[in-house]
Amino acid sequence: MINILEATETVKMITQENLDVRTITMGISLLDCISSDLRQLNENIYRKITTCAKDLVKVGNEIEKEYGIPIVNKRISVTPIGLIGASACRNSSDFVSIAQTLDRAAKEVGVNFLGGFSAVVSKGMTKAEENLIRAIPYALSSTDFVCASVNVGSTKTGIDMDAIRLLGQIILQTAELTKENDSLGCAKLVVFCNAPDDNPFMAGAFHGVTEGDTVINVGVSGPGVVKTALESVRGESFEVLCETIKKTAFKVTRVGQLVAQEASKRLGVPFGILDLSLAPTPAVGDSVADILCEIGLEYAGAPGTTAALALLNDQVKKGGVMASSYVGGLSGAFIPVSEDQGMINAAEAGALHLEKLEAMTCVCSVGLDMIAIPGDTEASTISGIIADEMAIGMVNAKTTAVRLIPVIGKGVGESVEFGGLLGHAPVMAVNGFSCKEFISRKGRIPAPIHSFKN
Amino acid sequence: MKKIIITVVGKDTVGIIARVCTYLADNRVNILDISQTIVGGYFNMMMVADPEQSTKDTGTIADELGNVGREMGLSIRVMGEDIFNAMHRI
Repeated sequence: MINILEATETVKMITQENLDVRTITMGISLLDCISSDLRQLNENIYRKITTCAKDLVKVGNEIEKEYGIPIVNKRISVTPIGLIGASACRNSSDFVSIAQTLDRAAKEVGVNFLGGFSAVVSKGMTKAEENLIRAIPYALSSTDFVCASVNVGSTKTGIDMDAIRLLGQIILQTAELTKENDSLGCAKLVVFCNAPDDNPFMAGAFHGVTEGDTVINVGVSGPGVVKTALESVRGESFEVLCETIKKTAFKVTRVGQLVAQEASKRLGVPFGILDLSLAPTPAVGDSVADILCEIGLEYAGAPGTTAALALLNDQVKKGGVMASSYVGGLSGAFIPVSEDQGMINAAEAGALHLEKLEAMTCVCSVGLDMIAIPGDTEASTISGIIADEMAIGMVNAKTTAVRLIPVIGKGVGESVEFGGLLGHAPVMAVNGFSCKEFISRKGRIPAPIHSFKN
Repeated sequence: MKKIIITVVGKDTVGIIARVCTYLADNRVNILDISQTIVGGYFNMMMVADPEQSTKDTGTIADELGNVGREMGLSIRVMGEDIFNAMHRI
């Protein structure tokens, strides 16, 4: 039987160290909604989502109450709309109408984000997918809960540079259309390389075509728990440090596994995967950067940061893998800037720059995330940053992503407030030298060789 | 049978166990085990209980016992036993 020390440890994790289940995300396939008639398609989509997910929020709340564990978000991911709308949508505004339908469905079932206004164009874009990408600025500025993502590359296919060139402009356009809210629209747009089909985390979640009809994916959290556990092993060897992270990750993941199984059972929807990512929030004590400091850095970004992060990421996976029957999604440590108070502190202190963040993304999931940059950054420069990040993903056979927010009307040193889980961020400097000629080349970067790994 | 675990943490005072037990008795929740300790002047208690006979669900019991706790300046949490087993038992 559970003893009092174990009970107190669990309660303390929840009440004082911000342990929570970050999201229960229901993946819903929209493949059976496809119609060549736009009105019919919109109707099918609305009906399918509101039927499949009608109990999602209620069941999430019940589990939360019964087990006393906060479940912060209930969300939905759908099949990439670039595929679903291909037959019915003649132009970008047709795609915008689908985004509005998704938004209505999200509001009806009470979820706080719906991902899947997406296109998978790692080798090339169909006309429909190009129309969807061009619709993104209007879709994100005219909806509240819809998230968009574009997968522009993979280790097997190389990188679609035409899509990256287009996305540089699309990101700026999204920023412009949402400039009244500090260009918040860009926080709902992720550009991926090697995007997983089963990621439960927003803004990049979509329900891949390899998935079944409906599925429950769960994302756990717990940077605060890891940080507190590490406080008790200050000055100890790497062996002790790593063991402590592993054990803590195991405990955190087991809670996620329990919630995932319960949600799956009560909703009658198969359990897909558990995502092991350490996901921070702007709340004090819920920061991945603070773990890096606890490992021994003055600030995230100091020399040693990449090594410390590599160690952390690997131990979280090692501890988490045994705790869950199916692990998937992104599974690593997230290093968003605006959503992590420790990262914000590091950026404000001048310890953390874009280039160091890029290096950090080589050893952890996911990428350059929630970084505010000057609003007057050129589209080609944004494309260049994306291309760099995609190349890291392609060559290292890992998922990488970019979620940059060019804040219209703001420059380096100014601060942006996104609110809620999205947090706030200082506008970070971008290397001002041009890559225009590189980005204006047409076509794609070939897939890398998989031998001679040096 | 889905057991619940009730944890009580706070400054030690007269009648904590009595108040919690009275609530549980009134609501037909059967107590299976109680352990308690004082750490640094703070009262820590854990109860394993069976709510099978109760007409109230775990969520309601959690809310109402939470209120009892607030009246006494204590933190009282009610959680399904499974979460503790998941975390501490392989």
